[in-house]
Amino acid sequence: MASRTKPRGKNSSKTANSPKAGKNGASGAAGLDESDVAIKGDHLELFRQMFLIREFELACGENYARGFIRGFLHLYIGQEATGVGAISALGENDYIVSAYRDHGHALARGVDVNRAMAELFGRSTGLSKGKGGSMHLFDAAKGFMGGHAIVGAHLPLAAGLALAQQYEKTEGITMCFFGDGSTNQGVYHETLNLAAVWQLPILFLLENNGYGMGSAIERVRAGGKDFYPGLATYGIPAVEVDGMDVLAVKEATEIAVGNIRAGGGPQFIEAKTFRFVGHSYADGQKYRGREEVAEWEERDPVVTFPENLIKMGLASKEQIDRVKAETTAVVENAVKFAEESPNPDPTEIFTDVLA
Amino acid sequence: MPEIIYREAIKRGLEEALERDPRVFMMGEDIGEYGGAYAVTDGFLEKFGPERIKDTPISEQAFMGAGIGAAAAGLRPIIELMSISFSLVAFDQIVNMAANLRYMSGGQISVPMVIRAPTGAGVQLAATHSQSFETWLAEVPGMKVVCPSNSYDALGLIRSAIKDNNPVFVAEPALLYGAKAEVPDEYYEIELGKARIARAGSNITLVSYGYGMRPVEAAADRLSMVGVSAEVIDLRSLNPLDMDTVVASVQKTHRVVVVDSARRTGGIMAEVAAEVQQRAAEWLDGPVMRVGSVDVPWPYSHDLEQKVLTDSDDVLNAVSEGYGL
Ligand SMILES: Cc1ncc(C[n+]2csc(CCOP(=O)(O)OP(=O)(O)O)c2C)c(N)n1
Ligand SMILES: [Mg+2]
Repeated sequence: MASRTKPRGKNSSKTANSPKAGKNGASGAAGLDESDVAIKGDHLELFRQMFLIREFELACGENYARGFIRGFLHLYIGQEATGVGAISALGENDYIVSAYRDHGHALARGVDVNRAMAELFGRSTGLSKGKGGSMHLFDAAKGFMGGHAIVGAHLPLAAGLALAQQYEKTEGITMCFFGDGSTNQGVYHETLNLAAVWQLPILFLLENNGYGMGSAIERVRAGGKDFYPGLATYGIPAVEVDGMDVLAVKEATEIAVGNIRAGGGPQFIEAKTFRFVGHSYADGQKYRGREEVAEWEERDPVVTFPENLIKMGLASKEQIDRVKAETTAVVENAVKFAEESPNPDPTEIFTDVLA
Repeated sequence: MPEIIYREAIKRGLEEALERDPRVFMMGEDIGEYGGAYAVTDGFLEKFGPERIKDTPISEQAFMGAGIGAAAAGLRPIIELMSISFSLVAFDQIVNMAANLRYMSGGQISVPMVIRAPTGAGVQLAATHSQSFETWLAEVPGMKVVCPSNSYDALGLIRSAIKDNNPVFVAEPALLYGAKAEVPDEYYEIELGKARIARAGSNITLVSYGYGMRPVEAAADRLSMVGVSAEVIDLRSLNPLDMDTVVASVQKTHRVVVVDSARRTGGIMAEVAAEVQQRAAEWLDGPVMRVGSVDVPWPYSHDLEQKVLTDSDDVLNAVSEGYGL
């Protein structure tokens, strides 16, 4: 049974499954009010990360069209607030595991932007020397443990990382991102049960964007589109959070991470979010209406968050513009870096197969 | 004769079966509203309705198993996997259940079911999405495995697969979905388990199937330019395996190269090579040569992937190394 560790005040964000829900209170779309001034952490930095992800993803789309990026490309556009808010609550010794929509998580973790882009270009300078591509980003030194493209397959990997953290008493925890669609895999249920039985230091972070490819979650899930409440979490405490609100996500994650570090065992967060673009680059999106997308786009965190920062006097327009200009340059530079990087040497075919 | 692309050929075969037999229905991820990951079932939901075109949760193990149950009860399910790489999630159901049920029950239960999946590398999907597990499935008794290399065979084989009373796995090389070939309007079927002589020749036998036919055909063209006449055999079916056709050809040409676009080691071509050795050793002028993709996980980078993937140079090198041609 899901019990709710209730995050503070309105940011507990009782979002129903409508993009409008976050607007119900007195706060704006990004859920910012006077009390948020007190939230520690650098608002501008959160904005920078979200904007970086957005620019990076747009550049990926362009370079897919140019033929520099190939294979499957799943963009994180629209979900930036979830990844940035959640990862901002982690420390150096924590692990992150993601699925194939992994660019945003990797960037929020602070992987090298140039090397991330080079990986998508399949170049030798890429994070995985060009061997993994978009769906398989890794930066083990930063605790970013992939990038996994078999739906659901990475959940037990995350449990195993957490098991090692528990075993070696590192104080670290593992954060595992996964989509609504992946909860229909048997291995999701097996992993939650295992984590609960062993009380592993793991945070399950469900990014409920309402769709698994072309399947609206309520068409393929007996429990409907809202996981929380009524979520079968095998006793793991769960909360729901507005995934379009970076501060709400950050706060909910800080509480959950705190609970884990205090020995509270696994925790679960459902972030309600939305991808503004197709499942992958090839998706014509005939399964959903343009209006639904437009409604969610009104809550675009990359737009609303800086607007609110300015409104609240937490940042000036000049500061925001400077972050934007700098970040745009970073991404342009990354594309240039990737373009100019050499392809992997043919001998690389045989390296890294065995340790 | 009209030409159609591979995807259309499979689609036509499925559509005919859905029209002909009310026991036939389909299950798979995003085959309905989305129209299929490779658009094979585009328009089916509108035409046949949600009872017969069932979008599934991302639960390969469960819907594969449910397909087996429905087949055991007399329905004729066709199950689409988005990629043969995802068959691994359902392998227990396919191998332990579908293929064994009839034998274990002493013939009481049959599983008349078709499992379809795109297979193979070549489009930079990297390690987890580029594999060719038809070669694993081919060694499982109690089921059949086919892998058509062109539109004509695809239609003829899918028709037979759907009518067959056993589990039949149809591996569809993803790289070939857009490839055109002549397909007659008149109805025909292709018997499961029969290889095809794609091109007659007298100096050397080249054996492959599925996407592997591309490098083999290209190699045969290049050989003909230097006066070497290659006989090209398309296995079409990996189980049953039509060794009679292969052996007869080797007895004629005295030379053979077996070619897989899947990884070289362990696959179906190891089986073909061993059978040729056992049945035709005295006819051979040299070793049975085996060509396949490099035995490494599939890399993402275009250049690396192309180097790993079997190509016509690899085939010609084997021809030259084994037989000095
Ligand atoms: C085992 C397996 N089955 C199917 C797929 C194909 N596939 C890739 S992503 C996806 C949808 C997953 O949806 P969700 O978990 O909600 O994540 P989202 O794409 O929304 O981020 C599917 C069906 C796969 N990669 N692996
Ligand atoms: Mg989803």
